Amino acid sequence: MKNKGLRLNGHTILLLITIALFIVLYAGGCIAYGHKGFTHLQTFCNILITNAGLICVACGLTCVMLTAGIDISVGALIAMDCMLLAVGMQKGIGAVPMIIIVLVIGLVFGIVQGYMVGYLNIQPFIVTMAGMFFCRGMTAVICTDQVSITKDINPTFYAWANAKVIIPFGGYVNNKGKYMAPYVRPGVIVALLVLVIIYFMLKFTKFGRSLYAVGGNTQSAAMMGLNTKLIKMKAYILSSMLCSIGGICYCLNTMAGSVSQALGLEMDAISSAVIGGTLLTGGVGNVFGTFFGVLINGTISSIVKTNGKLASSWPNILTAALLFVFIVIQSAFAAIRERSKNK
Amino acid sequence: MEENVVLTARGISMTFPGVKALENVDFTLRKGEIHALMGENGAGKSTLIKCLTGINDFEAGEIHIDGISGPVKNHSTRDAQNVGISTVYQEVNLCPNLSVAENLFIGREPMTKFHTIDRKSYNKRSQIIMDELGISVDVTQNLENYSLAIQQMVAIARAVDMDCKVLILDEPTSSLDDEEVEKLFNLMRKLRDKGVGIIFVTHFLEQVYAVCDRITVLRDGHFVGEYPVEELPRVKLVAAMMGKDLDDLAEIKKEGVENAQNNPLEISARGLSHTGTVKPFDLDIHKGEVVGIAGLLGSGRSELARSIYGADKANTGTLMVEGKEVKINQPIDAMNLGMGMLPDDRKAEGIISDLSVRENIILALQARKGMFKPLSRAKQEEIADQYIKLLQVKTPSRETLIKQLSGGNQQKVILARWLATNPDFLILDEPTRGIDIGTKSEIQKLIVQLAGEGKSILFISSEISEMLRTCSRMAIMRDGQKVGELDKDLTQENVMKAIAGGESDR
Amino acid sequence: MKSKKITWNTIKSWNLLLPVVALILVMAVNIIYDVANGNNPLSFFTITLQQTTGNGTILYGRIIDILNRGSEAAILAIGMTLVVSSSAGTDISVGSVMSLCASFCCMLLAGYGVSSTSQLAVPLIVGVLGGLLMGVVCGMFNGTLVAYFKIQPMVATLILFSAARAIGLLLCNDLIVYVRNDSYAFFGSFLGPLPTPLVITAVCAVIMTLVLKKTALGMYIQSVGINDKASRIAGLSSKRIIFLTYVLCGLFAGIAGIVASSRITSADSNNIGLYLEMDAILAVALGGNSLGGGKFSLAGSIIGAYTIQAITTTLYALGVSAAQAPVFKAVIVIIIVAIQSDPVRNYFKKHSAAKQAKGVA
Repeated sequence: MKNKGLRLNGHTILLLITIALFIVLYAGGCIAYGHKGFTHLQTFCNILITNAGLICVACGLTCVMLTAGIDISVGALIAMDCMLLAVGMQKGIGAVPMIIIVLVIGLVFGIVQGYMVGYLNIQPFIVTMAGMFFCRGMTAVICTDQVSITKDINPTFYAWANAKVIIPFGGYVNNKGKYMAPYVRPGVIVALLVLVIIYFMLKFTKFGRSLYAVGGNTQSAAMMGLNTKLIKMKAYILSSMLCSIGGICYCLNTMAGSVSQALGLEMDAISSAVIGGTLLTGGVGNVFGTFFGVLINGTISSIVKTNGKLASSWPNILTAALLFVFIVIQSAFAAIRERSKNK
Repeated sequence: MEENVVLTARGISMTFPGVKALENVDFTLRKGEIHALMGENGAGKSTLIKCLTGINDFEAGEIHIDGISGPVKNHSTRDAQNVGISTVYQEVNLCPNLSVAENLFIGREPMTKFHTIDRKSYNKRSQIIMDELGISVDVTQNLENYSLAIQQMVAIARAVDMDCKVLILDEPTSSLDDEEVEKLFNLMRKLRDKGVGIIFVTHFLEQVYAVCDRITVLRDGHFVGEYPVEELPRVKLVAAMMGKDLDDLAEIKKEGVENAQNNPLEISARGLSHTGTVKPFDLDIHKGEVVGIAGLLGSGRSELARSIYGADKANTGTLMVEGKEVKINQPIDAMNLGMGMLPDDRKAEGIISDLSVRENIILALQARKGMFKPLSRAKQEEIADQYIKLLQVKTPSRETLIKQLSGGNQQKVILARWLATNPDFLILDEPTRGIDIGTKSEIQKLIVQLAGEGKSILFISSEISEMLRTCSRMAIMRDGQKVGELDKDLTQENVMKAIAGGESDR
Repeated sequence: MKSKKITWNTIKSWNLLLPVVALILVMAVNIIYDVANGNNPLSFFTITLQQTTGNGTILYGRIIDILNRGSEAAILAIGMTLVVSSSAGTDISVGSVMSLCASFCCMLLAGYGVSSTSQLAVPLIVGVLGGLLMGVVCGMFNGTLVAYFKIQPMVATLILFSAARAIGLLLCNDLIVYVRNDSYAFFGSFLGPLPTPLVITAVCAVIMTLVLKKTALGMYIQSVGINDKASRIAGLSSKRIIFLTYVLCGLFAGIAGIVASSRITSADSNNIGLYLEMDAILAVALGGNSLGGGKFSLAGSIIGAYTIQAITTTLYALGVSAAQAPVFKAVIVIIIVAIQSDPVRNYFKKHSAAKQAKGVA
């Protein structure tokens, strides 16, 4: 009864901090690098284009993290997907069949990981670490060279990758006097669609709510009649499926497969989710926050890139520092809550 | 089945390895009554409830439920819910990160035609349910924003809405304050008037008399009796719970202990308290004295001891050890002042299950000496052997893992752990629980013997008789407060009267 | 009949069973492979003396190679074992911290901004101690988060996992710093006929074993890992002990980092210790230690680490490339954890109980 009517709880505050942080970062970028074109809408579009794959992956990871789990296999799975796509198309298989194959592999992979976590009750970190090893190694088994997808190999895929979805506003006139309309790639549309669908799934479907229930208190969820094992398994399937979709978006952006692709992407995705307010202890978070987490990561990289003089390791360090700050804030909130409960 | 009876259990028996947890227990619950299930630790309350809710598989006996022909045997909480038995525990089994309405409806949400959950409809229905029960909440808010009392009521509302005939409330009031308890009682009365049968488990006598219609008492896994509340005054209830008959152990000589009150003070607490569990108390313990703490489970008897030892850091007050004021932040501080504590929950706070008997015995002594002054292996073995012999621990060898020993022998090992540190002041919280009668009297003799050697002992037990045999003085605890001390006329009856208290208002 | 049963049970309960069986399996594969190829069946075990231009007479053979190459993982596994035991969690930052320590050490030795040198800017000992100190600092950071802020170990160490390597790059000015000096190369080359990394591993293992045996630390760590509430009542400070294990883990990461960088006489921030945290965790699991904390065996972890290296080396010998090897590691991890998982264990327990019941009937 004490907090009745108080809608601004710790989680909402955290989300607001995240959004504010993004705005501050972006505004800072605009002020510092306005002369280098940072203010153009295209800069924002580029962040989306580069991170389309990451958005899909982070959405899936958010679902897993809601159940108090983790999935660190995603980066390696993306590498495997890209390699599959590249090699498959080089062998002359069409773009659509290859995409279906990749999705099916994601499904199977998710079922295996989900079964081990949900039903065999093995720590998610260990299971997905093995998954990560497996995918990285498999990528190399498929092919150890860098394989590019060129126009000659698969014109359809090439066309998709280079299609521009023009945005009817926010353009600028460049120094040659030509109007440059801002655009995004099809991958961005897919990613945003995934974002919206997962957002509604988490909010308005039985499965979505049961993810929160399992993460909030697994034992209670079981006592209220939910099949917690199956729900956990489904979360991992969803994560791997979204990761495969993300892999396709990623491939559309890089147009290549290589063993060292998407290295450390799982950590980007985890930090995006955490910065976006998803609790690693489960039960709290949503993909809206995760989206802003991705944008913050993207903005930091973009600023460092635009500056041109900063060392390439700065984005990693800054993201880790942000992660540190957010984890400590979360732990502080948890401590306050614990204390107020004991009184 | 009798008229108006909603649940009967007849001749329920259940054994855990080595322990007869329930033996031929009967229980009857009528429609529209609040029925208290009372008993001390190990009496079998929770075992009986687990039999009713399908968590335990009882061996003999039958359970009948109104409206269902033939005996009912539940195998899971879901089975129990299907036959109309719902349980609300002290630890709320809901999801704090979901809204009140979601907690009411999860797993059975109404759906829209698009196969999405119909938030509007269940929010509305939830609000109606809560309003009907007189619980004023905004059902769209997350559960964690509400107090524990409200959370408990939401759990009850969920049970009620799932058409339960039998509602089991397992210590729901333990962490509530008076106002919240009153709200919960109003809800319980409302449900009773609607015809729900409520089984109420609590440690608080006052609450039993405030809200219950009938009392069933269990002791040591046996059915003691069923009484209408008017016919069972407090003292009789306490007597029924604790057992009147002194067990047939020989009286232990305790002359030396009796005169200990003239010895210098070992411990002197003034206004010590721990928020939420024990209110400020004063306590003096002399050298060579055995002081008992009498009170029911949940009366704050363990918490008092824990706040002295630093297991729960005291929030207020001062503590003097041998006349000097001391500050205790954590157990090691207390140990360095010559204290030791055998905690009541042996499994959670006593044994280190995967370590050997030897390691378990020397652990506290080693902790006191510090990491860089390790005991040599030979010394460790010597100490271990010495105490295994002294306390007659039945173990295949000193290198056996402690988890492989029986409960009584585990307890002896923990006792050995503290004796090895040669403490001046030893807290023993339920040292004889779940231990056979022979070992019990050994431990009791040991207590008196230790006191004779000049050590001070704080002794907590649910069995008054064993405290009578060993203690020269008793502090009485009730509802988190120390309400008095007894040093003369230490008899079963006097102690029970003191524990029960408030005879006049009933 | 009875005596047979007892021996079988003693074997089953031997805590080094898992790593030793794995090691024997690997050796068996090697022997079969050699036989199939018409080589000497024992060529895997053959150790010869070889003259080299740089290092004089050294021992040479596949086993020596495994012991040499597996050293970093073995050193890391020592620290990881302690962390797993006390906190039931893993320190995933060790690979990254290795890289940072190597970078810091090389930066000190070469001077900031210098990319290649044969002249040490500071005495060798300063550089090495600096690198180790960096490891300790990282360990303290992790330990503070885990022990005092009560953050899940994996999450707490995730921060340094992504930052440490990057900080190392920054210290090296985004370059690969070469320290082409024989005194620095020593840690990765040979001490007499033996590979120095092997000697360093042995020294680390012996010192740590002595510390665990000669102080009460070993018992403290296990005690806290098994039941931290009971340990607290018995007078242990679980926070301090957990903190200490992370600091030790950081220190060992530092040692491993210097060995790895000395091997290539440079600080290749991007590649030193890459994926090595996984090997270290795997070594702990393969060593028969529960990842749920509690009892541990240092010897098991070290054997585990070398077993992994033996597997890797064997795979290479079988023509599997370095990049493909993780597939097999993944399969091994899954088999190990699946065997250790509760449902599978319960299944076998029921199975054997049913068998026994049948036998009695």
